[in-house]
Amino acid sequence: MRTVRVIPCLDVDAGRVVKGVRFTDLFDAGDPVELATRYDAQGADELVFLDITASSDNRRTMVDVVSRTAEVVFIPFTVGGGVRSVEDARLLLRAGADKVGVNTAAVDRPELITELADEFGSQCVVVAVDARRRKTDDSSELLRGRSLEVAQWEVFTHGGRTPTGLDALKWCERAAAIGAGEILLTSMDRDGTRDGFDLDLTRLIAEHCPVPVIASGGVGTLDHLVEGATLGAAEAVLAASIFHLGEFTVAEAKAYLQHAGVAVRPV
Amino acid sequence: MPPVPVRLSISLLPVIAVLDYGIGNLRSAEKALQYLGADARLIDDPDRVATAAGVVLPGVGAFGRCAQALRASGLDTAARLAIDRGVPFLGICVGFQLLYEGSDEDPTESGLGILAGTVRRLPDGVKHPQMQWNVLDLRPGSGSGLLRGAPRPAWVYFVHSYAPELTGDTSSTCDYGGPVTASAERGPVWGTQFHPEKSGAVGLGILDNFVRAVDGTSGRATP
Repeated sequence: MRTVRVIPCLDVDAGRVVKGVRFTDLFDAGDPVELATRYDAQGADELVFLDITASSDNRRTMVDVVSRTAEVVFIPFTVGGGVRSVEDARLLLRAGADKVGVNTAAVDRPELITELADEFGSQCVVVAVDARRRKTDDSSELLRGRSLEVAQWEVFTHGGRTPTGLDALKWCERAAAIGAGEILLTSMDRDGTRDGFDLDLTRLIAEHCPVPVIASGGVGTLDHLVEGATLGAAEAVLAASIFHLGEFTVAEAKAYLQHAGVAVRPV
Repeated sequence: MPPVPVRLSISLLPVIAVLDYGIGNLRSAEKALQYLGADARLIDDPDRVATAAGVVLPGVGAFGRCAQALRASGLDTAARLAIDRGVPFLGICVGFQLLYEGSDEDPTESGLGILAGTVRRLPDGVKHPQMQWNVLDLRPGSGSGLLRGAPRPAWVYFVHSYAPELTGDTSSTCDYGGPVTASAERGPVWGTQFHPEKSGAVGLGILDNFVRAVDGTSGRATP
């Protein structure tokens, strides 16, 4: 049986959860451990913490957040942001994280993915990919039935600021081949817009990648979660603001998915 | 490093040794057991395992690497001696797989051979790893101590690409491209392919069964 995971994402800046629109304009959404505990109680399947500043000053703060979370939350959680070495990862895993996310450092030096997989196992290695559509298309190619081969997405690093020239599909396939256990796929075009996932991108990666894909970026309604799991074919759906703003609980999201015929762990 | 929790130097609780053989994240099993009130400690010294009232063998990553690390640490012998003493023993994920004779993942390495059988790759046609929550199907007549009191259905969290073949010791399975071993029990030796320490309230209940088994055999009532 394939069940879809619902994953609240907590962007952490200096020990607080924040949320932005298209990677900027941040607002404060609360204490990370409090939010993690609440989402666990609501039936979240996993949690993702992203250390969005990831300075060396902040690293100690993040390790503390991870450690405090691991004392009270007994579901898997991933921590990403600024992980550049096996030692960075070890610090977070020793503090209680189950998986580490790598993004910029993995693009700069893909061997890092293999080093992490060799040291901790590929199930610990989440490769986060921020992708932007190369062609400007105003409507979904998927829904119009056009070939997916037409559309292309480029990988960006440094929190979406730096274009890499890498094709998202090729990068995801390579990452999986060299040790990634999972892909956290964020559409930069949709992130924070509440217009829904980039379903063409999600489906392309999910269908071609041998490892699970977490769809991210753009969730504004519960239907968007359903679309990510069905049209997008993602193994997991990630959202932030709909949960942080209290518009929907995780329990409501899962009940909605279940009602729409998507298999989830019921709350 | 986070601060080490301050504990009483003389604990009245029986010690559960979480074997620390230098691989991956072993903290979560320790933390979950401590959350349940157990005196669980990461232990890397084989001599200290000899006095433990219960033993947990965690494990993540590749079978071959874990088997090598366990042997290099000398904790393989400590684990065997603990099983010979008959103390409650719980293998988790790759730690569970290590209880078997060997694994298709690395045919050059052998497991502890406590349980008969081999660890096999998950069926084709499904994504590897299985990284999701799934439902336990209890095998009829297993009289499971590990899963006593677990809700029906019991949802637990899996992350793995290999699992032990189904044998007479199998106490539950999950459906992932076919029936896949989720847990096995042979006397006081228990093992889970899923992660009870990461399976929320259901998983904590399963771990609590283990803590109670340790308390029971160490001649001490459950607090």
